[in-house]
Amino acid sequence: MAAEILHHPAAQAAHAEHHTEHHHDAGGNAIFGFWIYLMNDCILFATLFATYAVLAGNIADGPSAKEIFELPYVLVETFLLLFSSVTYGFAMLAFYKQQKQALLGWLAITFVFGLGFIGMEINEFAHLIGEGFGPDRSAFLSAFFTLVGTHGLHVLSGLIWMAVLMIQLVKNGLTAKNGTRLMCLSLFWHFLDLIWICVFTVVYLMGVLP
Amino acid sequence: MFGKLTLEAIPYHEPIIMGAVGAMILGGLALFAALTYFGKWKWLWTEWLTSVDHKKIGVMYIIVAMLMLLRGFADAIMMRMHMAAASAGTEGFLPPHHYDQIFTAHGVIMIFFMAMPFMVGLMNIVVPLQIGARDVAYPFLNSLSFWLFVVGVALMNISLGVGEFAQTGWLAYPPLSGKQFSPGVGVDYWIWSLQISGIGTLLTGVNFFATILKMRAPGMKMMQMPVFTWTALCTNVLIIISFPILTATVALLTMDRYLGTHFFTNEMGGNQMMYVNLIWAWGHPEVYILILPAFGIFSEVVATFCKKRLFGYTSLVWATAAITILSFIVWLHHFFTMGAGANVNAFFGIATMIISIPTGVKIFNWLFTMYRGRIQFSVPILWTLGFLVTFSIGGMTGVLLAVPGADFVLHNSLFLIAHFHNVIIGGVVFGYLAGFNYWFPKAFGFTLNERLGRYSFWFWITGFFFAFVPLYILGFMGMTRRVSNQIDPQYHLLLAIAAGGAVLILIGIICQLLQLAVSIRDREKNRDLTGDPWGGRTLEWSTSSPPPFYNFAKLPEVKDRDAFWAAKEDGSAFQQPAHYAPIHMPKNTSAGIIISAFSLVMGFALVWHIWWLAIVGLVGMIATYIKHTFNDDVDYYVPVEVVERTENEHFAAIAKAGVNHGR
Repeated sequence: MAAEILHHPAAQAAHAEHHTEHHHDAGGNAIFGFWIYLMNDCILFATLFATYAVLAGNIADGPSAKEIFELPYVLVETFLLLFSSVTYGFAMLAFYKQQKQALLGWLAITFVFGLGFIGMEINEFAHLIGEGFGPDRSAFLSAFFTLVGTHGLHVLSGLIWMAVLMIQLVKNGLTAKNGTRLMCLSLFWHFLDLIWICVFTVVYLMGVLP
Repeated sequence: MFGKLTLEAIPYHEPIIMGAVGAMILGGLALFAALTYFGKWKWLWTEWLTSVDHKKIGVMYIIVAMLMLLRGFADAIMMRMHMAAASAGTEGFLPPHHYDQIFTAHGVIMIFFMAMPFMVGLMNIVVPLQIGARDVAYPFLNSLSFWLFVVGVALMNISLGVGEFAQTGWLAYPPLSGKQFSPGVGVDYWIWSLQISGIGTLLTGVNFFATILKMRAPGMKMMQMPVFTWTALCTNVLIIISFPILTATVALLTMDRYLGTHFFTNEMGGNQMMYVNLIWAWGHPEVYILILPAFGIFSEVVATFCKKRLFGYTSLVWATAAITILSFIVWLHHFFTMGAGANVNAFFGIATMIISIPTGVKIFNWLFTMYRGRIQFSVPILWTLGFLVTFSIGGMTGVLLAVPGADFVLHNSLFLIAHFHNVIIGGVVFGYLAGFNYWFPKAFGFTLNERLGRYSFWFWITGFFFAFVPLYILGFMGMTRRVSNQIDPQYHLLLAIAAGGAVLILIGIICQLLQLAVSIRDREKNRDLTGDPWGGRTLEWSTSSPPPFYNFAKLPEVKDRDAFWAAKEDGSAFQQPAHYAPIHMPKNTSAGIIISAFSLVMGFALVWHIWWLAIVGLVGMIATYIKHTFNDDVDYYVPVEVVERTENEHFAAIAKAGVNHGR
């Protein structure tokens, strides 16, 4: 997949812009480096997953996973994020067709889906804390809030990035540099989707199913 | 308004601390005054602080590392003196509260703020030159990494005068480092200085990994890379894989302290052994992050000063790769006493012993390179020889500690302290000092004074053995680490000898500083005009010393290992090309230093619970970064006339000095 991305038109466009000999391929390098950074982030999440796995049973007489998770609610949340990945895909297609308005439109839809996801997550957290099941209640809840919250913070930074990128697209148009940024954010966004699928499986499904 | 910060935070009653703080403030004021008097602020800002030139960033890393070596060593010699005194029936001169901060600060400074930046600095100066590149893959990130690291150093040093530092040991094990047992700000300083500088290290890892993989000169295959570049690549792989674990682990401890979570607490289901596992899952790779580049330096030095191709290049590369992988499956040997059971301990014990095999391979690589070589006993080779002897002893005591049964007796004793100083000083420090002497002329254009370099080496190595052999013996006698008072008088003699060893090392360090001063004074006599003072083999020696900011006017074509040596053999080296092309270079930027300044504000505010200021810092960081992304004016082309003028000067200097054909 990495190789595919590196040979993608956006990366190539970035390359074509600099024609002088002996100059390194800045766009391709940026995407490569961002990919490495994502692997970095992946290990950060792996650490948090491991922590959650160790502490999931330590409920300290507090609530267990089964008692507090509402699968239908989380399923809606999950679909918001999954759909946002699809719409981001459409945004990238619009970029390749050099359709600026469609690109901005799809990004806006993606942004709304992402915002919806974050809103639902904040609502879930507020609800739990309101019932007295905050991160200080037990080691299980500490690990739960940290793992899910870290993912949420990532989505939030993705949203800020998306907003900034939309301004840059309006201001500078479909330049090679913006193409590289779109590609990096695309990687980031799909990566967060992947992490969420693991969260949904390990935390929610495995927590609720017998 | 100011959170927990009051005037009480300044330790007036501790004369030693106030003296140190006073000296630091006076030094800072003197520097400030000098810069103002000579009108150098603008020069400093435009030429250095905002520079994205990897060579300048590397130099700045090493300057900070050397300053921190002095501070870390001051801590060390105070501890040695105190213990010699405290075992003679006196109370010593350090109260326990201060002593505990000193041993914590010593460890943190030496690993994070001396060894790491020294390594990253050498990597910055050397790697792009060795692979024939004009810069690193992400020059702005490189500047940002450096300044984030400086913020870590700054926070750590602010803790000396405002508040306190952690009293937990360098890895801050909970529950001792938790809110309940460390209610002060010491651990918070530890957290934020590590976290902020750690992010810098992470970015460095990504940056250099991409640089080495993506920016090698045309024709340079992986198995033609210089060994130092290989070891730097493996080190960056280790950084990329292990530093996120540190970030996450320290973040969890932060949550425990700031939000009342229960990851590592004693109650509500917390699990403190998980912290110890996680921190060593980072911590063991970390020691290889430090030692692998040192191995690379020794490889370069041995090949250069023996005038031979490195013996067994391929095996050395594979040994490095093997160590890279093995370093992730040995972490549990740091706490065999956890009680994981015989089978688990056996696995980690054996895995640990297996690491000595690739390491042994390397030792033989160097020995066989020297065998029948024409060895020039220059300062870098002295450090290498000293390393071979010292490190082998340290490695053997390591294998001894890898036996779980022996470890149960020796863990947490001075035997352990002696072991890891033996490998870190004998391996890492000797290696970096070899590299410092070896590449100094490349970075600054003149060679270092040989005589003082030799003095420094001999004082260091003798001092090392006097300081640490007694600790091995004391470990066998049962003396544990981190004790500061009521020390058994029968340990006194050995502790006194160890203190004497520390004094010898001090003389070694002084010789080093003198070497630097004398060399700067005599720089005109020791100019390196050709760019190749040692008869080098790799590409960094093919350009001028110091290299022009664009490194190579024409990117070298690589056909072989030891590319520069091959070029000297076939006569293509030192030939001026007929014409040049414009060179594409990145522009300097102040974004890195500004973002880092905001991160310092944020870190300090978080330590003292000044929430509004922390938000200002965070928002400032993000806003500066976003503003930076709107700046499209990030690069430019160096005109041909500038390149021509620079290169003509260089070739005129070569013509004057005469070419060094490897002697």
